[in-house]
Amino acid sequence: MTWLADNWRTVLDLALSHLYLAGIPLVVGLLVSLPLGWAAKRWSRSYPALITTTGLLYTIPSLALFVLMPGVLGTKILDPVNVVVAMTVYTVALLVRTVADGLRAVPDHIEQAATAMGYRGLRRLLGVELPLAVPVIAAGLRVAAVSNVSIVSVASLLGVSQLGDLLVDGYNRVIWGELVTGILACVTLALLLDLVIVTGSRVLTPWLRVQGGRA
Amino acid sequence: MIPSLVSWFTDPANWSGEDGIPNRLLEHVAYTAEAILVAAVVAIPLGLWVGHTGRARWLVSLANSARAVPTLGLLFVVSLWLGPRITGDLAFVVPSIIVLALLAVPPLLAGTYAGVQAVDPAARDAAKGVGMTPLQVLRQVEVPNALPLLFSGVRSAVLQVVATASVAAVISLGGLGRYLIDGIALGDYPRAAAGAVLVAVLAVLLDGVFALVQRRVVSPGLAPGGRGVSGRGKDSRSVEVEADSPSTPVRAPA
Amino acid sequence: MIRFDAVTKQFPGGTVAVEDLSLTAPTGRITVLVGPSGCGKTTSLRMVNRMIQPTRGSITLDGQDTSRMNEAQLRRGMGYVIQHGGLFPHRTVLDNIGTVPRLLGWDRTRIRARSNELLERVGLAPELGERYPAQLSGGQQQRVGVARALAADPPVMLMDEPFSAVDPVVREQLQDEFLRLQGELGKTILFVTHDIDEAIKLGDQVAVLRVGGRLAQVAEPAYLLAHPADDFVADFVGRDRGYRALQFQETPRLPLRSEPTIVLGEQPTEPYAGWLLVVDDDRRPVGWVEPHRIGTRTVSTGDLHRGGTVATEHGSLRAALDAALSSPSGRGVIVDASGSLCGTVEAHEVLTAIEGTRRPERRGSPA
Repeated sequence: MTWLADNWRTVLDLALSHLYLAGIPLVVGLLVSLPLGWAAKRWSRSYPALITTTGLLYTIPSLALFVLMPGVLGTKILDPVNVVVAMTVYTVALLVRTVADGLRAVPDHIEQAATAMGYRGLRRLLGVELPLAVPVIAAGLRVAAVSNVSIVSVASLLGVSQLGDLLVDGYNRVIWGELVTGILACVTLALLLDLVIVTGSRVLTPWLRVQGGRA
Repeated sequence: MIPSLVSWFTDPANWSGEDGIPNRLLEHVAYTAEAILVAAVVAIPLGLWVGHTGRARWLVSLANSARAVPTLGLLFVVSLWLGPRITGDLAFVVPSIIVLALLAVPPLLAGTYAGVQAVDPAARDAAKGVGMTPLQVLRQVEVPNALPLLFSGVRSAVLQVVATASVAAVISLGGLGRYLIDGIALGDYPRAAAGAVLVAVLAVLLDGVFALVQRRVVSPGLAPGGRGVSGRGKDSRSVEVEADSPSTPVRAPA
Repeated sequence: MIRFDAVTKQFPGGTVAVEDLSLTAPTGRITVLVGPSGCGKTTSLRMVNRMIQPTRGSITLDGQDTSRMNEAQLRRGMGYVIQHGGLFPHRTVLDNIGTVPRLLGWDRTRIRARSNELLERVGLAPELGERYPAQLSGGQQQRVGVARALAADPPVMLMDEPFSAVDPVVREQLQDEFLRLQGELGKTILFVTHDIDEAIKLGDQVAVLRVGGRLAQVAEPAYLLAHPADDFVADFVGRDRGYRALQFQETPRLPLRSEPTIVLGEQPTEPYAGWLLVVDDDRRPVGWVEPHRIGTRTVSTGDLHRGGTVATEHGSLRAALDAALSSPSGRGVIVDASGSLCGTVEAHEVLTAIEGTRRPERRGSPA
C-alpha cells in the first residue's frame, strides 16, 4: 500500500498506456471482425477457411508474435505499434468466429420474417441480425478484453512500457508492493473493460432485460 | 529479416548442445506435457464431478475469473515465493511448472464442465432410465459426449502453456523461450525471431496433433452438422414428412 | 401388472405433483395416462422405474414392491421411451438399440443379432443401423427409441410422450405401427400423453389426471367418451366426443343400396345424370365422376373426384358416417374386407342405424 501511495502517478500513467495497448485493438478488432464474420456467414464456403486462418493466428504465442511483428511491419522492436497490431490480430482471430457464430445463431424464421417485410442486405444486417447477435458478440469481446489485458503485460519484456513494467521491475528488484500493485492494476483494468462491455451489451439489448433478466 | 533467419537456422552451432534447437524443443515439449498432465489430473475429474452433479459450479466461475490475473505476474510471484525454498536447478523449473499447470486448469475445467453440461438431458435421462448406474452414465454417456468440448479445453490449455512456457524463460526456465528472451536481452534479433518462429511452429503442430487425436477419439455422431445430413431419410423405407430439421429437435420445457 | 397404491409425490418446495393415486395397469394391455400439463402424468410414470421416488404409497410390479428392488435391475427390466428419443448421439443406431443387452452382459454376436432384428421390427432399413442419431429424421429416431426399449424383451414398457415431437402424419404412422407391434408382443404398457385423441386411439384403458395430480377417471376409451365422470373430464375429452365415440361402435347391418358403376378406362354407355362411381377391374372404388363432363370419352384417372372416404362393411359407425358425409354424391361407399364394392349408404340411413344402437349398457367404471 505504501508503495502505491508513493507511486500512484506512475501507476496511472502505465495504466493508461495499458488501456491504450489493450483497448485500441479491441475496437479495431471488432470493426474488422464484423464484415469478416458476416462474410463467413454469408458465404458458407468461406467459413471453414476464415475460421482455420484466424484459428491459426490465435495459435501463435504472444511473445513470438510481438517479436515477429517488426519483421512483418518493418518497425523497430521497441515500437508500441507492434503490440497494437499483434493484439488486433488476436482480437480479430477470436472475434471473427464469434461474430459468424452469433449471426448464424439468429433463427432462420426471424431472418425470413425480416426479408418478407422488405428488409434487405445491409439494413437487414444492421437492423435485425446484428442486434440479435449482440449477446454472443459481447461474450466474445469479454474474453478478448480479459486476455488482451493479460497478454499486453508481456510486452514489457520487449521494452514497451505499460503495467507489465511494474511486474518486471518488482520481480527484478524484489519489491513485493510493486509486483502486487502491478497484478492488481491489471486485474482492475480487465474488470473495468469487462464492465464496459457488459454495460454496452445491456444497453444495446433492452429486450433481454424485460424478460425478468433471465437472459 | 529472412536472410538472417536462414543463416541462424543453418548455423550448425545452433543445432547442438544444451542451447541447441533439439534440446530446447525437447525441453519445451516436456514442460508442456508435465504441466498439462498435472493440470488434467486435477481439472478433468473436477470438471466431470461438477458437470455430473451440478454441485459447486462456482469453482468453474472462479477458475474463469482467475484468467484476469496476468500470467507474467503469476510467474514472478510464484518464482519469488517458491524459488528460495527450492535448491538447485529445480528452483527455476518447479515454480514455472506450477504456474503453467495453474494456467492450464481454467480451460480444462471449463471445457470438461461445459462438455458434460452440453450432454442432451434426454440422453442422460434415457441412460438412467435403461438402468445404467451413475458411474456407467458418466463413463458410457457423459464422457463420450463431453469429448468435443473437453478437447477444445485441452487444446486451448496446450496453447496457453506453450505460449507461457516461452515467457517463463524470463525466470530462467529452459525451452524455446530462451532464444526469445536471450535474443531480446542481447539485441540479437535473428535469434529472437528464430525462437519466435520455432515457438509458433510448435504451437501450430501441437494443436494439429490434438486436432487429429480429437478426430480419432470423438464419435462421428457428434460431428457438427452430422456427417450424412444430405442422405438423411432419403434411402429409408419409411416415407416421412420432414417438417423441420430433426437433427436439432426443439427441446420442450421441462 | 403395475399397481399404484395410494401414491403421493410431493416435491421439495411443497408442490404436490401426484396425489393419492391408485391405479392398476393390467398385464399385456396399454394403459394411457392423459391430462393437461402439470397433472403429474410424467411424474407418475417416472415413479414406476424410480427415476422419481414416491413420497407416500407403494408401487408394485407383479406383486413385488419396487422400492425394495435394485434400481438398475428394475430399470433394465423395463423398456423406457421418451419424447425426444433420448438416443445417445455418440453411438450408432445399432449400438443404441443394443444398450440394455450390453448392460445385461450379453455376448457380442447375440447383441448384434438382436439389434438387427429389432431394427427391422420397427420398420427401419438395415443400412440405417450404422448411422448416427443426428443422421435420422425425427420419426426414425423415435422408432430407434422404441427398438432400444424392446431390446432385452422386457415385459413392461414405460412410454413418455414418445410420438409427440413428430409431425401429425408421422405420428399417425408411428401409432399404427405401435399398435401392430403391441398386437404381436403383448407388453404391459404405461403410456403418457397430453393428446386425448392419442389416448383414445392407443389405450385399452385411459386414466385422465387433473392438475395437481389427482385421478379424475379411469375407463375404457368408449366408456370415457360416453360417460365422462365430471365437467373436467367432459371438457378434456372434447366437444366432438359424441362423434368420436362412434369409432368404437361396430357398424350394424346398414341398408346398402346397389350403386351404378363405370370401370376405369371405359366410356359411359348411357346418359347418366349426377355422380357416377368409378371402380377398377376388381370392383374396388377409385373415385367419382360426373358423366356430363366426359361426354363419350373414356374415364381416365384425371377425371376422378377423390374427395370421398371409404368405409368397410364391419368397420366403425364413424367411418360409415364419414364416408356418407364426404362423398360428393351424398352416398357413402362401403366396401368388404378385400376392398371391393358392397354398396352405398346415405347419411340419414347411418343416423337411423345409430339411433337403433342407443342402448346404454357399457362396461367401465368411474373413478
